[in-house]
Amino acid sequence: MALLEVVDVSKVFPGVRALDDVSFTLQPGEVHALVGENGAGKSTLIKVLTGVYQPDGGQLRYRDEPARFDSPMDAQRAGISTIYQEVNLIPLMSVAHNLFLGREPRTAYGLLDEKRMFREAHEILLRYGVTTDVRRQLGTLALGAQQMVALARAVMIDAKVVIMDEPTSSLEPREVETLFGVIRDLHSQGIGIIYVSHRLDELYQICDAVTILRDGKVVHTGKLADLERLRLVSLMLGRDMSAVRHEGFTGFGGDHGGAEDAAPVLKVTDLNSRRKLHDISFAVRPGEVVGLGGLLGAGRSETIKAIGGAYPVDGGEIAVDGKALNRPTTVQAVKAGIAVQPEDRKAEGIVAGLSVRENIALAILPRMSKLGLVSDRKIDEVVRTYMTRLRIKASSPDQRVGDLSGGNQQKVLLARLLATQPKVLLLDEPTRGIDVGAKAEVQGLIDELAAEGLGVVLVSSDAEELVEGSDRVVVLRDGAVVGELRGDAVTTEALLETIAAAAVEAKEVGNDD
Amino acid sequence: MTTEAATATRPAIDLARVRAWLPKYGVYVAIGVLVLYNVLFTPNFLTWSNLRIQLIQVAPIVIVALGMALVIGTEGIDLSVGSVMALAAALIPLYLGYGVVAAILVSLVAGVVVGLVNGTLVARVGLQPIVATLALFVGGRGLALVISDGQLKDVRNDDLIYLGSGDFLGIPMLVWIAALLVLVVAFVVRRTVFGRRLLAIGGNRPATELAGVPVKRVLITVYVLCSVLASIAGLLAVARIQSSDASAVGLLIELSAITAVVVGGTPLTGGKVRVLGTVAGALLMQLVVATMIKHNLQPSTTEMVQAVIILIAVYVARERKSR
Amino acid sequence: MSTGIVSDPEVPAAVVAADERRAERTDRMVGLVQRQGALAVLIVVVLVATASFPNFRSFDNAGTILIAAAPPALIALGMTFVIITGGIDLSVGSLYVLGGVVSAYASQWGLIPAFLVPLAVCGVIGVLNGLLIAYTRMAPFIVTLAALLGARGLMRALSDEGSTTYLVRSDTFRSFGTGSFLGIGYPVWLVAAVFVLGMVLLSRTRFGHAVYAVGGSEDAASLMGIAVRRTKVWVYVMSGLLAGLAGAINAAKLGSGVTVLGTGMELDAIAAVVIGGTLLTGGAGTIAGTIAGVLLLGVIQNMINQVGNVPSSYQQVISGAFLAVVVVAQTYLVRLRRVT
Repeated sequence: MALLEVVDVSKVFPGVRALDDVSFTLQPGEVHALVGENGAGKSTLIKVLTGVYQPDGGQLRYRDEPARFDSPMDAQRAGISTIYQEVNLIPLMSVAHNLFLGREPRTAYGLLDEKRMFREAHEILLRYGVTTDVRRQLGTLALGAQQMVALARAVMIDAKVVIMDEPTSSLEPREVETLFGVIRDLHSQGIGIIYVSHRLDELYQICDAVTILRDGKVVHTGKLADLERLRLVSLMLGRDMSAVRHEGFTGFGGDHGGAEDAAPVLKVTDLNSRRKLHDISFAVRPGEVVGLGGLLGAGRSETIKAIGGAYPVDGGEIAVDGKALNRPTTVQAVKAGIAVQPEDRKAEGIVAGLSVRENIALAILPRMSKLGLVSDRKIDEVVRTYMTRLRIKASSPDQRVGDLSGGNQQKVLLARLLATQPKVLLLDEPTRGIDVGAKAEVQGLIDELAAEGLGVVLVSSDAEELVEGSDRVVVLRDGAVVGELRGDAVTTEALLETIAAAAVEAKEVGNDD
Repeated sequence: MTTEAATATRPAIDLARVRAWLPKYGVYVAIGVLVLYNVLFTPNFLTWSNLRIQLIQVAPIVIVALGMALVIGTEGIDLSVGSVMALAAALIPLYLGYGVVAAILVSLVAGVVVGLVNGTLVARVGLQPIVATLALFVGGRGLALVISDGQLKDVRNDDLIYLGSGDFLGIPMLVWIAALLVLVVAFVVRRTVFGRRLLAIGGNRPATELAGVPVKRVLITVYVLCSVLASIAGLLAVARIQSSDASAVGLLIELSAITAVVVGGTPLTGGKVRVLGTVAGALLMQLVVATMIKHNLQPSTTEMVQAVIILIAVYVARERKSR
Repeated sequence: MSTGIVSDPEVPAAVVAADERRAERTDRMVGLVQRQGALAVLIVVVLVATASFPNFRSFDNAGTILIAAAPPALIALGMTFVIITGGIDLSVGSLYVLGGVVSAYASQWGLIPAFLVPLAVCGVIGVLNGLLIAYTRMAPFIVTLAALLGARGLMRALSDEGSTTYLVRSDTFRSFGTGSFLGIGYPVWLVAAVFVLGMVLLSRTRFGHAVYAVGGSEDAASLMGIAVRRTKVWVYVMSGLLAGLAGAINAAKLGSGVTVLGTGMELDAIAAVVIGGTLLTGGAGTIAGTIAGVLLLGVIQNMINQVGNVPSSYQQVISGAFLAVVVVAQTYLVRLRRVT
């Protein structure tokens, strides 16, 4: 008897077929890994399962009955609980209240029985390795502990299916062990678990079955133990690995050959930030593309933001063209020639309500003006140049950026960065969420810019893109540099090996300093 | 069959178009309708003296609303404008002894100080704008009353009276000043670096910050401008009624100003400032009140009608940016 | 410049445990300051007043402070619920006056209508506020500002544009306002009883915790199965009802429905609530804190009156200053708690 079945489900968004006849079966007591690159359709599938989206075709079957969930609440009531990457609890309320919210134990008079609630909460959470005072505000706990509370709550409400979206991304190694203990426990109770993660080690440690999505289609489903790691990775990337090594499937050309002896245009020394970044050092020479590799939560985005002045720094030095910046603000960073393309385009990149023109001109207004008065003639010139150069497809420079396609939005953002005539370009997932054509164009553009002598730092979860686009790759793990690939060693396998090895190494070197 | 399809979908498209169109131009249509109604049915509406009175009454609201529009453009709000008017009004008689210029300067400086406090609380401390401006909303008027000893003071100064009730080329000085300020603010929003940055901040603050825009400085400047405009309105109010009454000047003006801005089509979610719309919004509300008074409706009824108009305007503009 | 050595991000378990303990300690301290700060200041102010004003200490004076604080306390109670959900109700000042006028008018039919009619009228406006805020997602401040205007218009319409003052016709109602039990006025007893109910409701019922949850995170609350909209509607209804009740009590005290009071009442209420440690951003706050806040403002007003030649507008300046200090301090305290 299958617990949860997805039969030929499709979901279409304007211009994208996010899910294309996807079928997937979850058995009771099974831990089922759901993997795929960004944009492969994982999150869309989860949203269909939890009632956020309704499928456009196909059907859901839950405990052998056709099912339809109108809202996340609806799915939850039926027994499908989800633990999101972002903890969805109430930070200002106590741990116990969060655990019991809406289902608090009551006394005979209908009043809350707090004593019982605190006692029970304490007992329940002990099983999840959370020993803190349950009266404490949830928001003051470490993220891992918060995630455990979320998990405890999800299981408490009689869940039959628990969906975990990157549950370990904010957990310490100890906490991961506890989580796995809990998962094994759920497994023995016959609860089905859908486990989404990028961490291959974890998948092989905890999952029974695997379904791999690519471009909205299921490319493989079956027992995980029967699937080799390299095969899994190549299925995710969707290409024959040996072919990839020789030909390349991205829009990147090849080496940019940034001169080995040239003085670095960006030099980062011992960058530290709270517990997120530890002594990060690397340098970028003019004309060189340096990749930052690592898994989700390794500190790649934080590093980039810290260099751009948008993430608090405790210590370390950032130098552009030999000139040191001491804990730069975003204003100083931009002035010094640092341009940051943030990961979340909508939240931190474009100003959706403003026109293409205003978006491109935003960072260079002082240069486009005299005595504070803007010269629209000058702006139009710049805007025209970049719209042509980046082949931005918009009805006119006055079109709202929010109405453009993802690829064109990204190009507008890049145009804004380039207009500042930067020395260093920091790109965080430059091709995420944009269509194939635009992807190749953006990749080609990165090559071009490097050839013109810009220093580029590239972050990408797409191992392929990272390897092909970069001349060197600096690998991060848990906020620290754990290795560097250069020259012929810049390959997908080497990258994955370094990341995997680092995981083991980190545990061994543990007591070194 | 294509025509059939087109007719079938037309109502839906039209509805969407109306939704987008209404907040932008609805206010002008409403003014047109009201003017037409008054021309036809209200005796003595189209007389110079009537128009004059209406314009004089609406001028201070327009001036305060201009500042409010800028603040709302950054996704903020400033509740303290009424208190700033009271402060400016209370300071005028105190410094009139040193001359009109000195008195005006002092009351403008008061505006700058209040704006700096508000702006710092919003931009640097990181308070929500409504919370940040609440303190001065509460305390500002109290301070004005303390300064003026809670007394109503007559202001007898010819220059000031000229500002308040004099004419220039047959048009009241008040109206000239308001019109001038409208032009200045419209110019600032459209043509200056500051104006463009302000809109970007309202549209997406984190993005604007990453683009290297000095967001905090711009925000503080916006709140200072808003307070200075309010203090101008405060001193003009004193000039017009020739007395300074800190307990009455600018009472509930924040409501009128926000109404004018919202009715004029500036969304409360920021990223847009409609300067002319704001003026039209203030005019519309003035017209509504005037029309009702002319038709012998009580002030109580006008208040209730105003409440309904505010709600409709906010409701119509509400879903323009779904978060 | 390859970096061979791995700087180890993992911290020994003992350090983590120590960190954890320190975090817990900081958390408790900060929580204490947030909850009891207003009470501490109140005690200090009362001590200072007792030392400096001979008349302050008397039982009579305490009674005066309490009876003066009764109506604002009720309004602040409703405001506490509203603010904890992350909203704000600016209409309560108008509702308070409206309630007083309606109550005085209804007193001709006896004691019970003098209470019920204002409750009904203000309750309906509260329902409208709540429905508009919860279902149309308009900003609370703008909806309640409109309600402020609308309620004021209604009050003026009922009182011939504010020119008619209805006198309280019911003697029992009048004596409720002026009489006392054990030397403490009836209104104070009533308000105390309502506060006890409010405390139980907020801290010991599922509804109360839903209020906190909505203010803490609306999205999370709705994912956790809380009826967010219904909770919101109820807090505005409560706020309206309590403002109406406050108006009725005031009418009974004064013997008439006075039409000119009430401007700024909403501000005093917000000030008292915030000074009492409730976060204006929602999600945290206590009624005990609100009581301390209301009494603190009441005592300060009383001191100002005792000094004599100081204008009473100092009260507003002091509330404003308190408000600013508290709000800024809260922001830093919350941040301190998060960071640990």
